[in-house]
Amino acid sequence: MNIFKKTIFSVLLSLLVIGNVNADKIRIGTEGAYPPWNSKNEAGKLIGFEVELAYTLCRYIGQQCVIVEQDWDGMIPALIMRKFDAIMAGMSITAERQKAISFSQGYADEVASLAVMKGSSLEGLDTSAGINLTKPNAAAKKDLKTLTAALAGKTVCVQTATIHQNFLDSGDVGKVNVRTYKTQDEVNLDLASGRCDAALAAAVAFSDYAEKSGKPVVLTGPTFSGGAFGNGVGVGIRKDDTELLKKFNAAINKARKNGDISRIATKWFGFDASM
Amino acid sequence: MDLELMINSFPKLLSAAAITLKLLTVSLIIGLFIGLFFAILRINKNKLISKLAYGYSYVFRGTPLLVQIFIIYFGLGQIEYLRSTILWAILKEPYWCAIIAFALNTGAYTSEILRSAFQTIKPGIIEAGKSLGISNKVIFFKIQIPIAIRQSLPAYGNEIILMMKGTSLASTVTIMDLTGVAKYIISTTFKPIEVFIVAGGIYLLMTFIIHNVIKFLEKKYSY
Repeated sequence: MNIFKKTIFSVLLSLLVIGNVNADKIRIGTEGAYPPWNSKNEAGKLIGFEVELAYTLCRYIGQQCVIVEQDWDGMIPALIMRKFDAIMAGMSITAERQKAISFSQGYADEVASLAVMKGSSLEGLDTSAGINLTKPNAAAKKDLKTLTAALAGKTVCVQTATIHQNFLDSGDVGKVNVRTYKTQDEVNLDLASGRCDAALAAAVAFSDYAEKSGKPVVLTGPTFSGGAFGNGVGVGIRKDDTELLKKFNAAINKARKNGDISRIATKWFGFDASM
Repeated sequence: MDLELMINSFPKLLSAAAITLKLLTVSLIIGLFIGLFFAILRINKNKLISKLAYGYSYVFRGTPLLVQIFIIYFGLGQIEYLRSTILWAILKEPYWCAIIAFALNTGAYTSEILRSAFQTIKPGIIEAGKSLGISNKVIFFKIQIPIAIRQSLPAYGNEIILMMKGTSLASTVTIMDLTGVAKYIISTTFKPIEVFIVAGGIYLLMTFIIHNVIKFLEKKYSY
Protein backbone atom coordinates (compact mmCIF):
# COMPACT_ATOMS: atom_id res chain seq x y z
CA MET A 1 0.00 0.00 0.00
CA ASN A 2 1.54 3.31 -0.96
CA ILE A 3 1.42 6.35 1.24
CA PHE A 4 -1.44 7.92 -0.72
CA LYS A 5 -3.73 4.96 -0.22
CA LYS A 6 -2.75 4.79 3.42
CA THR A 7 -3.72 8.39 3.97
CA ILE A 8 -7.11 7.94 2.33
CA PHE A 9 -7.73 4.79 4.28
CA SER A 10 -6.91 6.39 7.62
CA VAL A 11 -9.01 9.45 6.84
CA LEU A 12 -11.98 7.27 5.96
CA LEU A 13 -11.46 5.19 9.07
CA SER A 14 -11.33 8.24 11.29
CA LEU A 15 -14.49 9.59 9.67
CA LEU A 16 -16.16 6.30 10.48
CA VAL A 17 -15.04 6.54 14.09
CA ILE A 18 -16.14 10.17 14.39
CA GLY A 19 -19.50 9.22 12.90
CA ASN A 20 -19.93 6.55 15.52
CA VAL A 21 -18.97 8.87 18.34
CA ASN A 22 -21.63 11.33 17.17
CA ALA A 23 -24.21 8.59 16.89
CA ASP A 24 -23.62 7.76 20.56
CA LYS A 25 -24.34 11.28 21.67
CA ILE A 26 -27.84 12.23 22.72
CA ARG A 27 -28.95 15.33 20.85
CA ILE A 28 -31.21 17.55 22.93
CA GLY A 29 -33.24 20.34 21.35
CA THR A 30 -33.89 23.60 23.17
CA GLU A 31 -35.12 27.05 22.18
CA GLY A 32 -32.57 29.30 23.85
CA ALA A 33 -35.09 32.14 24.14
CA TYR A 34 -37.18 31.43 27.23
CA PRO A 35 -35.29 32.53 30.31
CA PRO A 36 -34.79 31.32 32.93
CA TRP A 37 -35.66 27.90 31.44
CA ASN A 38 -33.27 28.22 28.54
CA SER A 39 -31.62 31.23 26.91
CA LYS A 40 -28.37 32.50 25.50
CA ASN A 41 -25.72 34.66 27.09
CA GLU A 42 -24.05 37.60 25.34
CA ALA A 43 -21.50 35.31 23.76
CA GLY A 44 -24.31 33.31 22.14
CA LYS A 45 -23.75 30.29 24.38
CA LEU A 46 -26.83 28.36 25.50
CA ILE A 47 -27.46 28.71 29.24
CA GLY A 48 -30.30 28.27 31.68
CA PHE A 49 -31.95 25.77 33.98
CA GLU A 50 -32.59 23.18 31.31
CA VAL A 51 -29.15 23.42 29.72
CA GLU A 52 -27.50 22.72 33.06
CA LEU A 53 -30.04 20.02 33.90
CA ALA A 54 -29.56 18.36 30.50
CA TYR A 55 -25.83 17.89 31.11
CA THR A 56 -26.57 16.59 34.61
CA LEU A 57 -29.11 14.05 33.33
CA CYS A 58 -26.68 12.93 30.62
CA ARG A 59 -24.05 12.29 33.29
CA TYR A 60 -26.53 9.98 35.07
CA ILE A 61 -27.39 8.28 31.77
CA GLY A 62 -23.66 7.88 31.11
CA GLN A 63 -23.77 9.25 27.59
CA GLN A 64 -22.48 12.46 26.06
CA CYS A 65 -24.95 15.12 25.01
CA VAL A 66 -25.04 17.86 22.46
CA ILE A 67 -27.55 20.66 22.81
CA VAL A 68 -29.15 21.78 19.60
CA GLU A 69 -30.91 25.08 19.11
CA GLN A 70 -34.34 25.03 17.48
CA ASP A 71 -37.07 27.63 17.01
CA TRP A 72 -40.00 26.96 19.31
CA ASP A 73 -42.67 26.66 16.61
CA GLY A 74 -40.75 23.85 14.89
CA MET A 75 -39.71 22.02 18.05
CA ILE A 76 -41.99 18.96 17.90
CA PRO A 77 -41.76 18.53 14.09
CA ALA A 78 -37.94 18.69 14.37
CA LEU A 79 -37.97 15.95 17.04
CA ILE A 80 -40.19 13.75 14.88
CA MET A 81 -37.93 14.34 11.87
CA ARG A 82 -34.92 13.24 13.96
CA LYS A 83 -33.05 16.56 13.99
CA PHE A 84 -32.50 15.67 17.65
CA ASP A 85 -33.56 12.95 20.09
CA ALA A 86 -35.09 14.81 23.02
CA ILE A 87 -36.73 18.15 23.81
CA MET A 88 -35.86 20.11 26.95
CA ALA A 89 -37.40 23.49 26.26
CA GLY A 90 -39.79 24.34 29.06
CA MET A 91 -42.33 22.17 27.28
CA SER A 92 -45.31 21.30 29.47
CA ILE A 93 -46.80 17.83 29.33
CA THR A 94 -50.23 18.19 27.71
CA ALA A 95 -52.70 15.71 26.23
CA GLU A 96 -52.51 17.47 22.87
CA ARG A 97 -48.73 17.10 22.60
CA GLN A 98 -48.90 13.53 23.86
CA LYS A 99 -50.79 12.63 20.69
CA ALA A 100 -47.59 13.39 18.79
CA ILE A 101 -44.73 12.56 21.18
CA SER A 102 -44.00 10.93 24.56
CA PHE A 103 -42.91 12.74 27.68
CA SER A 104 -40.70 11.67 30.54
CA GLN A 105 -41.94 12.31 34.05
CA GLY A 106 -42.02 15.99 34.89
CA TYR A 107 -38.83 17.56 36.22
CA ALA A 108 -40.09 21.06 36.97
CA ASP A 109 -43.26 23.03 37.15
CA GLU A 110 -44.20 26.61 37.57
CA VAL A 111 -47.31 28.61 37.11
CA ALA A 112 -48.53 30.77 34.27
CA SER A 113 -49.83 34.29 34.78
CA LEU A 114 -51.24 37.27 32.95
CA ALA A 115 -49.07 40.35 32.83
CA VAL A 116 -49.94 43.97 32.09
CA MET A 117 -48.14 47.28 32.14
CA LYS A 118 -48.36 49.25 35.38
CA GLY A 119 -51.38 51.53 35.36
CA SER A 120 -53.46 49.27 33.12
CA SER A 121 -57.18 48.90 33.87
CA LEU A 122 -56.50 45.16 34.14
CA GLU A 123 -54.12 45.66 37.07
CA GLY A 124 -55.21 44.32 40.45
CA LEU A 125 -58.08 42.10 39.34
CA ASP A 126 -60.24 40.78 42.17
CA THR A 127 -59.29 37.10 41.99
CA SER A 128 -57.71 34.44 44.18
CA ALA A 129 -53.94 34.03 44.18
CA GLY A 130 -53.90 30.88 42.09
CA ILE A 131 -56.28 28.44 40.44
CA ASN A 132 -55.92 24.85 39.27
CA LEU A 133 -57.90 24.04 36.15
CA THR A 134 -57.70 20.25 36.28
CA LYS A 135 -60.77 20.09 38.51
CA PRO A 136 -61.80 23.72 38.89
CA ASN A 137 -63.43 24.43 42.26
CA ALA A 138 -65.99 27.14 42.97
CA ALA A 139 -63.33 29.81 43.52
CA ALA A 140 -61.62 28.91 40.23
CA LYS A 141 -64.90 29.09 38.33
CA LYS A 142 -65.63 32.48 39.85
CA ASP A 143 -62.15 33.70 38.83
CA LEU A 144 -62.66 32.52 35.25
CA LYS A 145 -65.90 34.53 35.16
CA THR A 146 -64.12 37.63 36.48
CA LEU A 147 -61.41 37.18 33.82
CA THR A 148 -63.98 36.64 31.04
CA ALA A 149 -65.62 39.96 31.90
CA ALA A 150 -62.31 41.80 32.25
CA LEU A 151 -60.73 40.45 29.06
CA ALA A 152 -63.77 40.83 26.76
CA GLY A 153 -62.61 42.54 23.56
CA LYS A 154 -59.03 42.88 24.84
CA THR A 155 -55.93 41.84 22.93
CA VAL A 156 -53.96 39.16 24.77
CA CYS A 157 -50.54 38.21 23.41
CA VAL A 158 -48.91 34.79 23.66
CA GLN A 159 -46.08 32.83 22.10
CA THR A 160 -47.34 30.52 19.35
CA ALA A 161 -47.91 26.80 20.00
CA THR A 162 -47.81 27.17 23.78
CA ILE A 163 -50.09 26.04 26.60
CA HIS A 164 -50.92 29.72 26.98
CA GLN A 165 -52.27 29.91 23.46
CA ASN A 166 -54.20 26.65 24.00
CA PHE A 167 -55.79 28.06 27.13
CA LEU A 168 -56.98 31.26 25.42
CA ASP A 169 -58.23 29.24 22.42
CA SER A 170 -60.14 26.89 24.74
CA GLY A 171 -62.71 29.60 25.46
CA ASP A 172 -62.41 29.31 29.26
CA VAL A 173 -62.11 33.09 29.44
CA GLY A 174 -64.55 33.83 26.63
CA LYS A 175 -63.74 35.51 23.37
CA VAL A 176 -60.47 37.37 23.60
CA ASN A 177 -58.47 38.73 20.70
CA VAL A 178 -55.46 36.37 20.74
CA ARG A 179 -52.27 37.52 19.05
CA THR A 180 -49.47 34.98 18.59
CA TYR A 181 -45.73 35.62 18.34
CA LYS A 182 -42.77 33.49 17.34
CA THR A 183 -40.82 34.18 20.53
CA GLN A 184 -41.52 35.34 24.08
CA ASP A 185 -39.15 38.27 23.44
CA GLU A 186 -41.54 39.61 20.83
CA VAL A 187 -44.49 39.17 23.21
CA ASN A 188 -42.60 41.22 25.82
CA LEU A 189 -41.77 43.95 23.29
CA ASP A 190 -45.38 44.36 22.21
CA LEU A 191 -46.65 44.26 25.80
CA ALA A 192 -44.28 47.12 26.60
CA SER A 193 -45.21 49.07 23.45
CA GLY A 194 -48.89 48.89 24.36
CA ARG A 195 -50.02 46.83 21.36
CA CYS A 196 -51.11 44.10 23.77
CA ASP A 197 -53.58 44.84 26.55
CA ALA A 198 -52.20 41.83 28.41
CA ALA A 199 -49.86 38.89 27.83
CA LEU A 200 -49.96 35.33 29.12
CA ALA A 201 -46.87 33.20 29.77
CA ALA A 202 -44.90 31.57 32.55
CA ALA A 203 -44.90 34.00 35.48
CA VAL A 204 -41.09 33.82 35.67
CA ALA A 205 -40.79 34.84 32.00
CA PHE A 206 -42.38 38.19 32.89
CA SER A 207 -40.50 38.76 36.13
CA ASP A 208 -37.27 37.94 34.29
CA TYR A 209 -38.15 40.47 31.58
CA ALA A 210 -39.21 43.15 34.08
CA GLU A 211 -35.96 42.72 35.97
CA LYS A 212 -33.68 42.80 32.90
CA SER A 213 -35.44 45.56 30.96
CA GLY A 214 -36.54 47.73 33.86
CA LYS A 215 -39.98 48.03 32.24
CA PRO A 216 -42.96 48.32 34.63
CA VAL A 217 -44.46 44.92 33.82
CA VAL A 218 -46.71 43.58 36.59
CA LEU A 219 -48.53 40.29 37.06
CA THR A 220 -52.29 40.35 37.41
CA GLY A 221 -55.12 37.92 38.09
CA PRO A 222 -54.62 34.41 39.47
CA THR A 223 -51.72 32.14 38.59
CA PHE A 224 -52.78 29.17 36.45
CA SER A 225 -51.93 25.48 36.61
CA GLY A 226 -53.47 22.19 35.53
CA GLY A 227 -56.00 21.71 32.72
CA ALA A 228 -54.81 23.28 29.50
CA PHE A 229 -51.62 24.26 31.32
CA GLY A 230 -50.53 20.64 31.53
CA ASN A 231 -48.83 18.69 34.25
CA GLY A 232 -45.36 20.05 34.63
CA VAL A 233 -42.46 20.23 32.22
CA GLY A 234 -40.87 17.00 30.99
CA VAL A 235 -38.43 15.70 28.39
CA GLY A 236 -40.13 15.24 25.01
CA ILE A 237 -39.11 12.05 23.23
CA ARG A 238 -40.22 10.32 20.02
CA LYS A 239 -42.95 7.75 20.63
CA ASP A 240 -40.93 4.84 19.19
CA ASP A 241 -37.86 5.72 21.27
CA THR A 242 -38.94 3.85 24.44
CA GLU A 243 -35.33 3.01 25.30
CA LEU A 244 -34.35 6.66 25.63
CA LEU A 245 -37.55 7.43 27.55
CA LYS A 246 -36.58 4.82 30.18
CA LYS A 247 -33.07 6.26 30.43
CA PHE A 248 -34.37 9.79 31.02
CA ASN A 249 -36.94 8.66 33.58
CA ALA A 250 -34.26 6.79 35.53
CA ALA A 251 -31.89 9.75 35.31
CA ILE A 252 -34.56 12.18 36.53
CA ASN A 253 -35.26 9.85 39.50
CA LYS A 254 -31.60 9.81 40.46
CA ALA A 255 -31.12 13.55 39.96
CA ARG A 256 -34.18 14.27 42.07
CA LYS A 257 -33.08 11.94 44.85
CA ASN A 258 -29.64 13.51 44.99
CA GLY A 259 -31.16 16.99 45.12
CA ASP A 260 -29.64 18.03 41.78
CA ILE A 261 -32.88 19.21 40.17
CA SER A 262 -33.93 21.31 43.11
CA ARG A 263 -30.42 22.79 43.43
CA ILE A 264 -30.24 23.77 39.74
CA ALA A 265 -33.84 25.05 39.77
CA THR A 266 -33.21 27.26 42.78
CA LYS A 267 -30.09 28.63 41.12
CA TRP A 268 -31.95 29.73 37.96
CA PHE A 269 -35.48 30.51 39.15
CA GLY A 270 -34.71 31.94 42.55
CA PHE A 271 -37.11 29.37 44.05
CA ASP A 272 -37.41 25.60 43.92
CA ALA A 273 -39.42 24.88 40.76
CA SER A 274 -38.45 21.20 40.68
CA MET A 275 -40.99 18.40 40.83
CA MET B 1 -48.79 11.80 4.63
CA ASP B 2 -51.93 12.80 6.46
CA LEU B 3 -54.38 13.33 3.60
CA GLU B 4 -57.28 14.02 5.91
CA LEU B 5 -55.40 16.92 7.52
CA MET B 6 -54.59 18.32 4.06
CA ILE B 7 -58.26 18.22 3.04
CA ASN B 8 -59.44 19.65 6.37
CA SER B 9 -56.96 22.50 6.37
CA PHE B 10 -57.68 23.51 2.77
CA PRO B 11 -60.80 25.67 3.42
CA LYS B 12 -59.12 27.41 6.39
CA LEU B 13 -56.06 28.17 4.29
CA LEU B 14 -58.16 29.34 1.37
CA SER B 15 -59.98 31.90 3.50
CA ALA B 16 -56.61 33.04 4.85
CA ALA B 17 -55.48 33.53 1.24
CA ALA B 18 -58.11 36.27 1.07
CA ILE B 19 -56.13 38.19 3.72
CA THR B 20 -52.97 37.64 1.67
CA LEU B 21 -54.68 39.01 -1.45
CA LYS B 22 -56.01 42.00 0.49
CA LEU B 23 -52.53 42.82 1.83
CA LEU B 24 -51.14 42.45 -1.71
CA THR B 25 -53.78 44.59 -3.41
CA VAL B 26 -53.67 47.46 -0.92
CA SER B 27 -49.88 47.61 -0.84
CA LEU B 28 -49.61 47.38 -4.63
CA ILE B 29 -52.04 50.27 -5.14
CA ILE B 30 -50.23 52.50 -2.61
CA GLY B 31 -46.88 51.26 -3.93
CA LEU B 32 -47.80 52.15 -7.50
CA PHE B 33 -48.47 55.77 -6.54
CA ILE B 34 -45.25 55.92 -4.53
CA GLY B 35 -43.38 54.31 -7.43
CA LEU B 36 -44.79 56.71 -10.01
CA PHE B 37 -44.02 59.69 -7.79
CA PHE B 38 -40.39 58.66 -7.27
CA ALA B 39 -39.94 57.64 -10.92
CA ILE B 40 -40.93 61.17 -11.95
CA LEU B 41 -38.46 62.58 -9.41
CA ARG B 42 -35.78 60.25 -10.77
CA ILE B 43 -36.05 61.62 -14.31
CA ASN B 44 -36.08 65.19 -13.02
CA LYS B 45 -33.22 67.29 -14.41
CA ASN B 46 -32.43 68.65 -10.94
CA LYS B 47 -29.57 66.43 -9.69
CA LEU B 48 -30.45 66.79 -6.01
CA ILE B 49 -34.08 65.72 -6.48
CA SER B 50 -33.06 62.78 -8.65
CA LYS B 51 -30.39 61.72 -6.12
CA LEU B 52 -32.90 61.85 -3.27
CA ALA B 53 -35.32 59.62 -5.18
CA TYR B 54 -32.44 57.26 -5.95
CA GLY B 55 -31.55 57.19 -2.25
CA TYR B 56 -35.03 55.99 -1.36
CA SER B 57 -35.03 53.17 -3.89
CA TYR B 58 -31.46 52.25 -2.95
CA VAL B 59 -32.32 51.84 0.74
CA PHE B 60 -35.51 49.86 0.22
CA ARG B 61 -34.12 47.63 -2.52
CA GLY B 62 -30.88 47.11 -0.64
CA THR B 63 -32.31 45.81 2.64
CA PRO B 64 -34.36 42.66 3.27
CA LEU B 65 -38.12 43.08 3.46
CA LEU B 66 -38.15 41.20 6.78
CA VAL B 67 -35.78 43.76 8.29
CA GLN B 68 -37.99 46.58 7.01
CA ILE B 69 -41.09 45.04 8.60
CA PHE B 70 -39.28 44.49 11.90
CA ILE B 71 -37.99 48.07 11.97
CA ILE B 72 -41.45 49.48 11.26
CA TYR B 73 -43.32 47.12 13.61
CA PHE B 74 -41.01 46.39 16.54
CA GLY B 75 -38.56 49.25 16.01
CA LEU B 76 -40.98 52.16 15.82
CA GLY B 77 -43.03 50.58 18.63
CA GLN B 78 -40.10 51.12 20.98
CA ILE B 79 -40.00 54.89 20.50
CA GLU B 80 -41.95 56.24 23.41
CA TYR B 81 -42.48 59.67 21.87
CA LEU B 82 -44.17 58.11 18.83
CA ARG B 83 -46.65 56.31 21.01
CA SER B 84 -48.02 59.61 22.26
CA THR B 85 -48.64 60.95 18.75
CA ILE B 86 -51.60 60.44 16.44
CA LEU B 87 -49.37 58.22 14.24
CA TRP B 88 -49.58 55.50 16.86
CA ALA B 89 -53.24 54.84 15.92
CA ILE B 90 -51.90 53.47 12.62
CA LEU B 91 -48.60 52.01 13.81
CA LYS B 92 -50.33 50.18 16.65
CA GLU B 93 -52.03 47.90 14.15
CA PRO B 94 -49.93 45.05 12.73
CA TYR B 95 -51.98 45.23 9.53
CA TRP B 96 -51.00 48.84 8.76
CA CYS B 97 -47.37 48.27 9.71
CA ALA B 98 -47.24 45.46 7.17
CA ILE B 99 -48.97 47.59 4.52
CA ILE B 100 -46.51 50.47 5.10
CA ALA B 101 -43.51 48.14 4.80
CA PHE B 102 -44.86 46.37 1.71
CA ALA B 103 -45.93 49.60 -0.02
CA LEU B 104 -42.55 51.29 0.59
CA ASN B 105 -40.74 48.18 -0.61
CA THR B 106 -42.75 47.62 -3.77
CA GLY B 107 -42.76 51.40 -4.34
CA ALA B 108 -38.96 51.36 -4.54
CA TYR B 109 -38.92 48.57 -7.12
CA THR B 110 -41.80 50.10 -9.07
CA SER B 111 -40.01 53.45 -9.24
CA GLU B 112 -37.02 51.73 -10.86
CA ILE B 113 -39.23 49.81 -13.28
CA LEU B 114 -41.09 52.96 -14.33
CA ARG B 115 -37.92 55.04 -14.52
CA SER B 116 -36.31 52.66 -16.98
CA ALA B 117 -39.58 52.55 -18.94
CA PHE B 118 -39.66 56.36 -19.16
CA GLN B 119 -36.07 56.42 -20.32
CA THR B 120 -36.66 53.94 -23.12
CA ILE B 121 -39.25 56.25 -24.73
CA LYS B 122 -37.63 57.56 -27.90
CA PRO B 123 -37.12 61.37 -27.78
CA GLY B 124 -38.61 61.52 -31.28
CA ILE B 125 -42.06 60.62 -29.96
CA ILE B 126 -42.03 63.50 -27.48
CA GLU B 127 -40.62 65.86 -30.11
CA ALA B 128 -43.38 64.82 -32.49
CA GLY B 129 -45.94 65.78 -29.88
CA LYS B 130 -44.24 69.12 -29.28
CA SER B 131 -44.12 69.91 -32.99
CA LEU B 132 -47.89 69.43 -33.06
CA GLY B 133 -48.19 72.06 -30.36
CA ILE B 134 -49.35 69.67 -27.64
CA SER B 135 -48.64 70.95 -24.12
CA ASN B 136 -46.00 69.28 -21.96
CA LYS B 137 -48.66 68.16 -19.49
CA VAL B 138 -50.72 66.42 -22.13
CA ILE B 139 -47.59 64.83 -23.64
CA PHE B 140 -46.70 63.46 -20.21
CA PHE B 141 -50.10 62.04 -19.31
CA LYS B 142 -51.31 60.98 -22.75
CA ILE B 143 -48.08 59.85 -24.39
CA GLN B 144 -45.29 59.17 -21.90
CA ILE B 145 -47.30 57.45 -19.15
CA PRO B 146 -49.25 55.04 -21.41
CA ILE B 147 -46.07 54.00 -23.22
CA ALA B 148 -44.18 53.62 -19.94
CA ILE B 149 -46.93 51.44 -18.46
CA ARG B 150 -46.93 49.16 -21.48
CA GLN B 151 -43.13 48.99 -21.43
CA SER B 152 -43.03 48.08 -17.77
CA LEU B 153 -45.78 45.43 -17.76
CA PRO B 154 -43.49 42.36 -17.94
CA ALA B 155 -41.18 43.64 -15.20
CA TYR B 156 -44.11 44.84 -13.10
CA GLY B 157 -45.77 41.42 -13.42
CA ASN B 158 -42.67 39.91 -11.86
CA GLU B 159 -42.80 42.50 -9.10
CA ILE B 160 -46.42 41.60 -8.30
CA ILE B 161 -45.48 37.93 -7.98
CA LEU B 162 -42.44 38.74 -5.82
CA MET B 163 -44.61 40.95 -3.63
CA MET B 164 -47.29 38.26 -3.35
CA LYS B 165 -44.68 35.90 -1.95
CA GLY B 166 -43.30 38.71 0.20
CA THR B 167 -46.63 39.10 1.99
CA SER B 168 -45.93 35.81 3.74
CA LEU B 169 -43.67 37.88 6.03
CA ALA B 170 -46.81 39.51 7.45
CA SER B 171 -47.13 36.40 9.59
CA THR B 172 -44.01 37.49 11.50
CA VAL B 173 -45.93 40.46 12.89
CA THR B 174 -48.89 38.37 14.07
CA ILE B 175 -51.07 38.76 10.96
CA MET B 176 -53.07 35.64 10.16
CA ASP B 177 -52.42 35.53 6.43
CA LEU B 178 -51.96 32.30 4.46
CA THR B 179 -48.59 31.58 6.08
CA GLY B 180 -49.82 32.69 9.49
CA VAL B 181 -52.78 30.31 9.45
CA ALA B 182 -50.57 27.51 8.10
CA LYS B 183 -48.23 28.02 11.06
CA TYR B 184 -51.21 28.08 13.41
CA ILE B 185 -52.51 24.75 12.10
CA ILE B 186 -49.02 23.27 12.44
CA SER B 187 -48.83 24.50 16.03
CA THR B 188 -51.70 22.20 16.97
CA THR B 189 -51.09 19.26 14.61
CA PHE B 190 -47.25 19.24 14.49
CA LYS B 191 -47.38 18.25 10.80
CA PRO B 192 -45.57 20.94 8.82
CA ILE B 193 -45.09 19.05 5.57
CA GLU B 194 -48.77 18.43 4.86
CA VAL B 195 -49.90 21.93 5.78
CA PHE B 196 -47.09 23.74 3.96
CA ILE B 197 -47.73 21.67 0.81
CA VAL B 198 -51.35 22.85 0.76
CA ALA B 199 -50.32 26.45 1.52
CA GLY B 200 -47.61 26.29 -1.16
CA GLY B 201 -50.18 24.99 -3.63
CA ILE B 202 -52.44 27.97 -2.95
CA TYR B 203 -49.52 30.39 -3.44
CA LEU B 204 -48.75 28.63 -6.72
CA LEU B 205 -52.35 29.00 -7.83
CA MET B 206 -52.26 32.73 -7.10
CA THR B 207 -49.01 33.08 -9.06
CA PHE B 208 -50.62 31.22 -11.96
CA ILE B 209 -53.57 33.62 -12.02
CA ILE B 210 -51.43 36.79 -11.71
CA HIS B 211 -49.07 35.53 -14.41
CA ASN B 212 -51.90 34.93 -16.86
CA VAL B 213 -53.62 38.24 -16.18
CA ILE B 214 -50.36 40.06 -16.92
CA LYS B 215 -49.85 38.00 -20.07
CA PHE B 216 -53.34 38.90 -21.22
CA LEU B 217 -52.71 42.60 -20.59
CA GLU B 218 -49.40 42.45 -22.45
CA LYS B 219 -51.16 41.01 -25.49
CA LYS B 220 -54.03 43.46 -25.29
CA TYR B 221 -51.77 46.50 -25.16
CA SER B 222 -49.07 45.32 -27.53
CA TYR B 223 -48.35 47.53 -30.45
